[in-house]
Amino acid sequence: MSISKSDVEHVARLARIGIEPHEAERYSIDLSNILTLVEQMNKIDTEGVQPMAHPQDIQLRLRDDEVKEVNKRDQFQAIATAVKQGLYLVPKVID
Amino acid sequence: MPHRQSLSALNRMLATGGISSTEIITHFLDRIEQNQQLNAFVSVDREQTLAQAQQADHSRRNEPNSNLKGLPVALKDIFCTQDQLTSCGSRILSNFVSPYDATVVERLDKDGFIVLGKTNMDEFAMGSSNESSYFGPVLNPWNKARVPGGSSGGSAAAVSARLVPAAIGTDTGGSIRQPAAFCGLTGLKPSYGRISRYGMVAYASSLDQAGPITQSAEDAALLLQTMAGFDSRDSTSLDAAVPDYL
Repeated sequence: MSISKSDVEHVARLARIGIEPHEAERYSIDLSNILTLVEQMNKIDTEGVQPMAHPQDIQLRLRDDEVKEVNKRDQFQAIATAVKQGLYLVPKVID
Repeated sequence: MPHRQSLSALNRMLATGGISSTEIITHFLDRIEQNQQLNAFVSVDREQTLAQAQQADHSRRNEPNSNLKGLPVALKDIFCTQDQLTSCGSRILSNFVSPYDATVVERLDKDGFIVLGKTNMDEFAMGSSNESSYFGPVLNPWNKARVPGGSSGGSAAAVSARLVPAAIGTDTGGSIRQPAAFCGLTGLKPSYGRISRYGMVAYASSLDQAGPITQSAEDAALLLQTMAGFDSRDSTSLDAAVPDYL
């Protein structure tokens, strides 16, 4: 599978990332190479191989449903660019 | 000269009173200033660091048995540090000040280490040459025409040029081991789960591990001893006894 130059330009526009016209060509090659690698890995026979969730033999920890952390919303919001009534404000990106 | 000494040697010198933390910190801060062309550091807070050193010397006078207190280390700029910049080598986070400390930072602080500064790195740790940082490339102190490796290239270059006796990096697919090798140092990626990932900007969560970049295996053991251990705030932290690495 390959990613065309126009695919790159389209995705860049959706993600609001500015790229120069000459860069689109290079990104299309780089991204196509990544997908080619994924295709190669997909060809490997992994039948019967157990998926590894953790290199150590441990179970995912559960915890009691009790409040331990204090609310730090004011502290977190203090570093935001724009907040209003406890909400984070971001630029409008969807027309 | 303090920069000719390993971290462990400096620790022994501090214990015998042969040198003070303020002398060590001042010496290394001066070396950082004199070697800015390496671009190994992203941020250094001279005043705060010196104040910490003076405090360490003061408490050592009252408690002579203060192992590790007042020793300098550098931190890859991927670890969240409260009230200090944590850029992760990116323009996106170039003004980011974390509201909390990473567990690694807490543990270093608890044992008395002083963070000399935050080191340069490949943007979001994605790179192996340290050429992709928003703050510019890091140079290899052995040959400035060559790369120091990455993504913990700033940490490796800083230790290699003896701007700090030891530094902390992170390794996802070689980001401690490879720059350590490129700069002629000891780099250790501990077993996954051994050191908490809490407050470490993630790259690939199931592979990321923090670890030391040092001049010797002894120094790596010293830092691993401080950083290793279970942390409930990291869901894949290993709940197992920490061996005596030293």
